[in-house]
Amino acid sequence: MFRTQKRRALERTNFGKEVVREQDYPDRLNMYLIPPLAEITLDQFEEWALDRLRILSEIETCLFRNRNMKMTEQTVKPLLEQYLALSPNSVSGRVSKGSQLDDERKKDHYSHFILRLAFCRTDDLRRRFVKAETVLFRIRYTSADITEQHALLARYNFGWTPVSDDEKRSLQEFLSFSSSESTYATSSGESYFKVPFERVPELIESRKVFLKDGVAYVPASQQLSLILNEFSEKLERALEVTARALPRLDEDDRLLPILAHLSKGFVAPEYIPDNSTTGALGHGVVRAAQVDSLVPHFPLCMRTLHSALRRDSHLRYFGRQQYGLFLKGIGLSVEEALTFWRTSFSKCTDEKFSKEYRYNIRHNYGLEGNRRNYKPRSCAQILTDAAPGANEHHGCPYRHFSEDNLVAAIQGLGVSDQGVLRGVRDDVRNKQYHVACTRVFEATHKAVGAKSAVGVGVGMESITHPNLYFDRSMQFAKQVETVENESGK
Amino acid sequence: MPHFEGDIEKIGMEESSSPQSSSSAVHELERDAAEASSPPAVGVHDAANLNDMNDNDDRQFEFEEFTEEEIEAAATSVPESRPSVNIPPHSAIQSAGPGATPELMEMFYQRLFPFKALFQWLNHFPSPTSSFTNREIAFTLQNDAYLRYQSFPTYDAMKKEVIRLNPSRFEIGPVYSANPRDRKIVRKAAFRPLEKELVFDIDMTDYDEIRTCCSGTKICNKCWNFITVAIKVLDVALRVDFGFKHVLWVYSGRRGAHAWVCDKRARELDDAKRRAVASYLELVRGGAQSNKKVNLKRPLHPMVTRSLNILRESFSSTILVDQDPWRAPEHVDKLLKLLPDKALNQELKKRWETTSDQSSASKWADIDSLAQQGVSKSLDAKELKEAKQDVVLEYLYPRLDAEVSKHLNHLLKSPFCIHPGTGRVCVPINSARPETFDPMDVPTVSQLIDEIDEYDATHGTSESSEKLADYEKTSLKPYVEYFHRFVSDLMKEEMKEKRQLDQENGESLDF
Repeated sequence: MFRTQKRRALERTNFGKEVVREQDYPDRLNMYLIPPLAEITLDQFEEWALDRLRILSEIETCLFRNRNMKMTEQTVKPLLEQYLALSPNSVSGRVSKGSQLDDERKKDHYSHFILRLAFCRTDDLRRRFVKAETVLFRIRYTSADITEQHALLARYNFGWTPVSDDEKRSLQEFLSFSSSESTYATSSGESYFKVPFERVPELIESRKVFLKDGVAYVPASQQLSLILNEFSEKLERALEVTARALPRLDEDDRLLPILAHLSKGFVAPEYIPDNSTTGALGHGVVRAAQVDSLVPHFPLCMRTLHSALRRDSHLRYFGRQQYGLFLKGIGLSVEEALTFWRTSFSKCTDEKFSKEYRYNIRHNYGLEGNRRNYKPRSCAQILTDAAPGANEHHGCPYRHFSEDNLVAAIQGLGVSDQGVLRGVRDDVRNKQYHVACTRVFEATHKAVGAKSAVGVGVGMESITHPNLYFDRSMQFAKQVETVENESGK
Repeated sequence: MPHFEGDIEKIGMEESSSPQSSSSAVHELERDAAEASSPPAVGVHDAANLNDMNDNDDRQFEFEEFTEEEIEAAATSVPESRPSVNIPPHSAIQSAGPGATPELMEMFYQRLFPFKALFQWLNHFPSPTSSFTNREIAFTLQNDAYLRYQSFPTYDAMKKEVIRLNPSRFEIGPVYSANPRDRKIVRKAAFRPLEKELVFDIDMTDYDEIRTCCSGTKICNKCWNFITVAIKVLDVALRVDFGFKHVLWVYSGRRGAHAWVCDKRARELDDAKRRAVASYLELVRGGAQSNKKVNLKRPLHPMVTRSLNILRESFSSTILVDQDPWRAPEHVDKLLKLLPDKALNQELKKRWETTSDQSSASKWADIDSLAQQGVSKSLDAKELKEAKQDVVLEYLYPRLDAEVSKHLNHLLKSPFCIHPGTGRVCVPINSARPETFDPMDVPTVSQLIDEIDEYDATHGTSESSEKLADYEKTSLKPYVEYFHRFVSDLMKEEMKEKRQLDQENGESLDF
């Protein structure tokens, strides 16, 4: 088999005729600051990249499902073992160059840089790549032992200023608030770093650190956040540089097809309207007047919006967006949508309606402005978009309701089983909102299903999109109907 | 990993938002405009709505495309030039609002609006730099058309165009990497927002569920206290915690206030960092269905402790006395919902049911006195104390419209614009003494024009009065002077920094 020796063209442009050399990997955690310089075969090029891609795709799926870090780790770890293993120094002992250890690290290193080439091209790809790589780095960093972590810190100088003992004492009153939650450092002995607040946005966002004069006092226990931030920022910048260099990359047609192919393989899972159900209803067949009768098939978030709309004859901007796009998703045509909102906003004059709301509705259907055909919002978007303010009803009830109101709302759906309610409470506490929603779906449909012996698919995938809830509910109702019809015969 | 949930959600969102479904309305707006097909992106808005995104409860992010002719027509529908005196005050009242007729607006732009200071404020330097020339200005014309992506080489050019278009208001956006007017010519990637002042918006709408004195668009001195307290709390946090020095507070013209943080460091924050700052400052969260809107971990963050100390000073006067939210027996549930102990709540309810007209202050005192009498065996004193702290925060801590602060490309109404509803000028508020600011005292445009006429009538056209700028003849004077001082402080610092930078560069070159 002929193996094409392929020198990495990018490195050639960057480094001229530098001597090709093998790099040293003293330990397994890599911040990927130095690009690889040695030659690899085209086969390796593709194979390594695909292996890493598998991992990143899995991570992205986890993020999309809103899985927490622990679950993500559990899902990804076995894959890591299989495709991108990185053994610590201590286990196998460091042997000579070319050993398994170095091969693993080399593969990790090269595959990262190959994917950089594939994913630097658009803003969106860069963003997703940075997210997924940062999670991967996080998994590896947290599973590394303390000596490895220290080695990493020693190797890369991040320029953090340690807080002197004197300063620490004088600020003790302010610093101490965060120490109670620090996991492994004792409160008085904990050491702090000073960094400009811009470097630790997530610690600022959640008020985890003391802030004075634009300087964040980060306890050693929060280092992880600092490092991850450092990692993603460096990667982001590097990707932008690569993106600019890529057009100048004088490439023959061997690498580019591979790279193009790679970036296509990294597609976020997305809700795609299921034609079998919307087909049954027929797209564009739902009429404004039918909406009320379909409400029993709506997830709680949409029911909340619907009843708020019926009660107040009005919804505020974000509510209109969330509900309007959902209705579009279940098959309301733009004319029907205009009718629906016009009749729903009964307190508002025709003039006000056409001036203030008509445009937005048509805009959502891609008939105004940039003519983009907007899609219904997914759970991930609803959970993370602007949280509802006073007098607003959008968002996810499982996340944005108080526990009592949530339980009352679920009981309002006819769920009274204490086991289910307890489950929902637990899910919500664990921030597993989609699991809670799926649980409620199962509970509300079980009663109907039991009558005609149609099972609710237990263990089905959890709800990640309000329209998925609706589709499933419709499908389910159809099954029940068929069964009843048959038994009726 | 105590903070990962937040990360995950954040990540989840960004991962999942495909370009088509990306949801931020602000981005939508931006994208729309960037892709709109006919040259000037213009749109129709409800003027009142635009005026403060939240003045009505509806946020509007929409516009339509207009032809150049239509814009011209809109701009020239107002007489081009007109005599500068003798506007009968009644004509003002008859039209749009108390005083904002197109005629008065035009005079205001001609004679009073501090264009030069506005330019220096945005430019941070005496001669025009890209901070001004690549800065987006968006106009709302008198016919409600919305004209985005305007920019100007000098303040004179801006003044001329403002007078020609005579907009009912205009907004300030970010500095772009290229001139906003060239956005169709340059590559898409080469046109992106680079910097903008970090802005905050506080609006009375968000207090509607707790204020009892007024509702809707009305305000009085009682509810203005909410804004005063908000300014105090936020101003300290921005200066002490973040180390910002140049924070400009501006009255929004009706019932709110904007903050413009102008430090270089603040202007350069990207969206993620803006979001971090906004969330750091946002304590009251939750929609109509979340009972308790303040949920904080203990021990409290030093910022929260400090804010609580500031709020306590005005809690009894502003809330307990002025707003008196729990006087009516049917309103006590709102308070009881926020308290933790069931047995204590029952006792309180019993006591309050028998007295039909008990003030909120005395009910607030009842909580502690009953608790001390030991009516509840299970009472956790610490929990009760914390719940009471949360009540103070829920009723008085600044309620931010955080979305405004989170995006680099969010547009915000310029200082010194006229609010079309009230006719009042959006004047700066001295953040050192916010309590001395009275929104009812803010001059209206018709009042200001009358003041000029009055001054000219009494002083004649003597030499001394010729030398005076028009604003100095009016009650706008202290506000313009405050703005001048603010701008000059800002410019001084910017130039000092620039000199330092030049010096360093010079030295390294010499070396």
